[in-house]
Amino acid sequence: MVDRILNRSHAAEAQADNVTAAVWAHVQQARNLKRPHTLELLKAMADEFIELHGDRLFGDDSAIVAGLARIAGRRLVVIGFQKGQDTEENIRRNFGLPHPEGYRKAMRVMDLAERYAMPVLTFVDVQGAFPGAAAEERGIAEAIAKSVGLMTRLRTPIVVVITGEGGSGGALGLAVGDVVLALENSIYSVISPEGCATILWRSAEQSQLAAVAMKVTAGEQHELGIVDAVIPEPGEGAHTDPAEAARLISEAVIEQLDALGRIPLDELVEARFQRYRAYGPFTVADRSAAPPERIGIADRLRGLLAGRANMPAFPGTRRGGSSGHEEE
Amino acid sequence: MPVRLPFRPRRDTYPPDLWTKCPGCSEMLFNKQLEKTLRVCPHCGHHFRISAKSRIEQLVDNGSFVERDDDLQPVDPLGFVDLKSYPDRLVAAQLATGLRDAAVWGLATMGGKPVSMCVMDFGFIGGSMGAVVGEKVARAGEAALAERIPLIIVSSSGGARMQEGTYSLMQLVKTMGVVERVRAACVPFISVLTDPTTGGVFASFAVVGDVNIAEPNALIKFAGDRVSAGTIGDELPAGYARAEFWFSHGFVDRIVTRAHLRDEIIALLGFLAAPPVAGVGEPVGGTGSRPRSLLSALTGVLVGENGDSRNGDSRNGGRGGETNGSRGEATRG
Ligand SMILES: [Zn+2]
Repeated sequence: MVDRILNRSHAAEAQADNVTAAVWAHVQQARNLKRPHTLELLKAMADEFIELHGDRLFGDDSAIVAGLARIAGRRLVVIGFQKGQDTEENIRRNFGLPHPEGYRKAMRVMDLAERYAMPVLTFVDVQGAFPGAAAEERGIAEAIAKSVGLMTRLRTPIVVVITGEGGSGGALGLAVGDVVLALENSIYSVISPEGCATILWRSAEQSQLAAVAMKVTAGEQHELGIVDAVIPEPGEGAHTDPAEAARLISEAVIEQLDALGRIPLDELVEARFQRYRAYGPFTVADRSAAPPERIGIADRLRGLLAGRANMPAFPGTRRGGSSGHEEE
Repeated sequence: MPVRLPFRPRRDTYPPDLWTKCPGCSEMLFNKQLEKTLRVCPHCGHHFRISAKSRIEQLVDNGSFVERDDDLQPVDPLGFVDLKSYPDRLVAAQLATGLRDAAVWGLATMGGKPVSMCVMDFGFIGGSMGAVVGEKVARAGEAALAERIPLIIVSSSGGARMQEGTYSLMQLVKTMGVVERVRAACVPFISVLTDPTTGGVFASFAVVGDVNIAEPNALIKFAGDRVSAGTIGDELPAGYARAEFWFSHGFVDRIVTRAHLRDEIIALLGFLAAPPVAGVGEPVGGTGSRPRSLLSALTGVLVGENGDSRNGDSRNGGRGGETNGSRGEATRG
């Protein structure tokens, strides 16, 4: 009997280990620097691409690229994150970590898209916004907030493709759309697994568990309704056949753009707003149930002295600590 | 000497200890005295964190606050477990704060004028924003829109709530979508940033008020220390990312002490008032197929707040500072 229980728990543990390993392999795949980034994809997908530079306020961010593209005969504005494929390019592109200028350039170009009736296509692959002082003091938070805000009301179709890492607010700054697609091996999360592990597990070593807990894989994000459709990757992953990956993305994007193009702009923008307005499940508590009364100190002491392990609680729940926000 | 009890209460309104040590100047402060000074150290001016309920009491006309949607209850959409389960953390936070989640919103008056107010409570899982907090911010904004009354959001939050995964991230979009509509409708939005306002809350509604007010020395930043520590080895200078830093970098209009916050907001509301009908003051009609108003709104995004003449009507000019006169001693301290 004991053996059976032990065996079973061993089996469960082994299975959990397998899941963790698989999710972590997925994370590594999403981060593979050989994956095609925005410029590589455009080279394969676009008949024409004219890159535009600068935010008209401070500078040009090489970690975000933007410009005008012709794909399958359609005029588009394309904006995307650009990691380097080798050390030299990575240094030049700040390892793909954008400063505020990147998002401000993006907004500027989205403005062009609206005025000249071009749909917007974004490619999302970023660990997160640059976390250093230079980005902070120039208002990375403001730039992301405004970009997100603009995308909630931009009067032109927006298709988002998560191609690698969808890393928190830095990714979200370019990831608000009518349709959100994701490559099969991509990930999307509210914070990096390392950041989550550091805060909740107090150890970056537990990043793998954090990745599992946050359900970061494209497939899981699809199940959660954050991602509308998953685009399959060729062979062992997009990096093994970038041309085919670009073809599959192009096909999926064009299909979506054609569908979105048939929707009147007012309806399109309203539906986009409602999509995001609806995100995030919650319930309405039964008011007749015990409200979360604050418990007086005397009651707590009395409870402790009486040997009550648990204070009055909501049904089906127990006591615990309190930590879990993104920052401390 | 603080009395040590077997558990640590988080609610500032019932610390069992009679004394609190000021982290600013190390003075031992008598708690009853501290309450009278709105939990601001009388020696060094350190602003202690306060609960959402205390904040509301300090800001609104006495007894005018009517809470809405206090029955919204968070759920555990991912089945999230770290060192503890998310439901465990929720219950602990609910017991400690008496709240169901980290924000309180409702309608009130300030200086006799109606406002829609949402206040975050850092005591509840670090004021983190999950679906319920995002929903309350959104509903506060929508009420402001519907009633055409000012929106006031007081932030104190560590950012998005990791345990709700990307649903938390989507709250940035949800709240910004509503705030954009508030803005487009010329409904005033005053954002008050208190210690701390970080992560996804700073990078959404908190940073885009028509007027941004910060409490002195409040920590305000996007990237967290522990987050950036894992990535970037920057040594951060003293005062980095504090309210004064944001003031000098142009992201905060005013740094206001807690004792003056209510009067300051009332004074601002004497200038910022929604025109009676939606769209008044926006360019009418427009050229071409695209409404002009959207372009001007877009331009507002790109060039900032200055030069915006949509609120030029100053019917309510002057300091609308008449209070109801019935506020308690403590709130005027
Ligand atoms: Zn002090």
